[in-house]
Amino acid sequence: MANSVAVSKGAAIGRKKKEGQFSLVMKRLMKNKLAMAGLCITLLLFLLALLSPWIMPYAYDELNMIDRFATPSLKHLCGADEMGRDIFSRLLYGARWSLALGFLATIISTVIGMIIGSIVGYFGGTVDTVIMRLIDILQAIPGILLAIAISACLGSGFMNTIIALSIGGIPMTVRLLRGSIMGVRKMEYLEAAQTINCSIPRLIVKHILPNSISPIIVSVTMGIGNTILMAASLSYIGLGVQPPTPEWGAMLSAGRTYMRDYPHMVLFPGIAIALVVLSLNMLGDGLRDAMDPKLKK
Amino acid sequence: MWKYIVKRLLWMIPVLLGIAIVIFTIMYFCPGDPAASILGNSATPAAIEEKRIEMGLNRPYMVRLLDYLNQVFLHFDLGTSYFQNQSVMSGILYRLPYTFMIAIICMLLQILIGTPLGITAAVHQNGIADRICMVIALAGVSIPGFWLAMMLVLLFAVRLGWLPPYGVGGLQYFILPCIANAFAGIASQARQTRSSMLEVIRSDYIVTARAKGLSEREILYKHALPNALIPIITVVGNGMGMMLGGTVVIESVFSIPGIGMYTTSAINNRDYPVVMGGVLFLGALFSLIMLLVDVIYAYVDPRIKAQYEGQQKSWKRRKRANG
Repeated sequence: MANSVAVSKGAAIGRKKKEGQFSLVMKRLMKNKLAMAGLCITLLLFLLALLSPWIMPYAYDELNMIDRFATPSLKHLCGADEMGRDIFSRLLYGARWSLALGFLATIISTVIGMIIGSIVGYFGGTVDTVIMRLIDILQAIPGILLAIAISACLGSGFMNTIIALSIGGIPMTVRLLRGSIMGVRKMEYLEAAQTINCSIPRLIVKHILPNSISPIIVSVTMGIGNTILMAASLSYIGLGVQPPTPEWGAMLSAGRTYMRDYPHMVLFPGIAIALVVLSLNMLGDGLRDAMDPKLKK
Repeated sequence: MWKYIVKRLLWMIPVLLGIAIVIFTIMYFCPGDPAASILGNSATPAAIEEKRIEMGLNRPYMVRLLDYLNQVFLHFDLGTSYFQNQSVMSGILYRLPYTFMIAIICMLLQILIGTPLGITAAVHQNGIADRICMVIALAGVSIPGFWLAMMLVLLFAVRLGWLPPYGVGGLQYFILPCIANAFAGIASQARQTRSSMLEVIRSDYIVTARAKGLSEREILYKHALPNALIPIITVVGNGMGMMLGGTVVIESVFSIPGIGMYTTSAINNRDYPVVMGGVLFLGALFSLIMLLVDVIYAYVDPRIKAQYEGQQKSWKRRKRANG
């Protein structure tokens, strides 16, 4: 009885402290102008992608042969492509594809990686040895090559590209989470939780993960950017999402043929990709600094 | 130390076996029939079936897998390309110099430009130099390499006509691909160098060194840099892996006949032996680089070296206790 009171008191204190940590991180993040700019641009792009059917000046697949290869002007902000489709509208609408690819693939690989990583990190021993050796193998294949092979095997298309991109990201999450769980595994509060008969899944989800998740949050933010880059490379070499889908990498790949005479066709999709990845990286940098206990001052 | 290296080299065998199994399985489930694509569109189903039997494609998965592993690991033979009448090994060795040249130049650029950039940024933290370096670094990790390559081609090859837009030949053909491929590496190198230098510069022994009256230069290169090196070397190793992967796409932009191009075009042709051979080769190369990085760690950081030796000692002790 006395024990449970003490524990619940401890839990209450722990919760209070956790909230404090979260708001501390947010406060530090708010001070970082670069990170806030990154967050704003990311949110803005999301909003634009979501609202694109209502705000884009032309339909993304509207053909307008008179304006073939039109250079940027007030009529076509980013010019038009070989079919006279408005590139600005295609970029806005295509943001849906690129963002969705980046986010979904990263989230899938992170969730799978977290499940494996927490099992490996918690149980250690033989489980750890066996799974980490498998991870070693997966990591020894260059990521882009693995993605190319898988997406060649599954064929092009949105879902297949997500699968291809997410498999390559799993090993890194597992490694990160395993390392950070091993740091907290010997902590007293875990022992305390175990003594009150806390089940293993609950122990992992409620006690271990909240204390070891911060490197994952940073790696997710950065990972989305990297995945968008990789998705674009895949579409560029003719796998992944294919034209006429207005995915940004696919637009680059289609514009490549006309690059010499109409550079605007490859200029703007590239800038769009760089802008998204840049803002995600700025946000990720800020998060890392805000979460780093060494930089508390 | 030698024991450790040998152990790691032996460990590469199961890793390579694993890579072979993974890539073989992926290729096995690939839709599309190599026999049909060799014979072309006009082939009759009977002819295709005959070709499949001749190539051994009709055998079950396990038999083919074991056959392949036996061929690669016991006879050191990566097989023969379905389309070009050439062994995969000689195909790879013929293309290796191009890929290797790009990867090496990129790595040199990464170390020679990225590290000084990072050090400059760390020394002048929050100053103008820091801001400029970090803007370059952020841009570098955010710009798609192949897009940068396209823009470089547009500017230097199409507009200015200074450099050839694609193909291979003299050194001038390598300038654009290397810049495009190395940019991301330079950026991540600068970022890592900056952050690990910043961490070190704040420590007490740097204050002590200053108090002793050492020159800033001496402090930087004798006390700060060696202690900041471990994460920096990690980035170099990872960067080398990224370069090997990045060349795959860059080679396709510049039509360079390297290993990446060889492998990706083979994927589209369903030329399985080439795909498997190429991936296996790159995987082996990557594992060797990682081993090299770990060995360099031990030379840079005596603490890590002691750890390896300590491990061996405790292992010996255990062995003695057991036997």
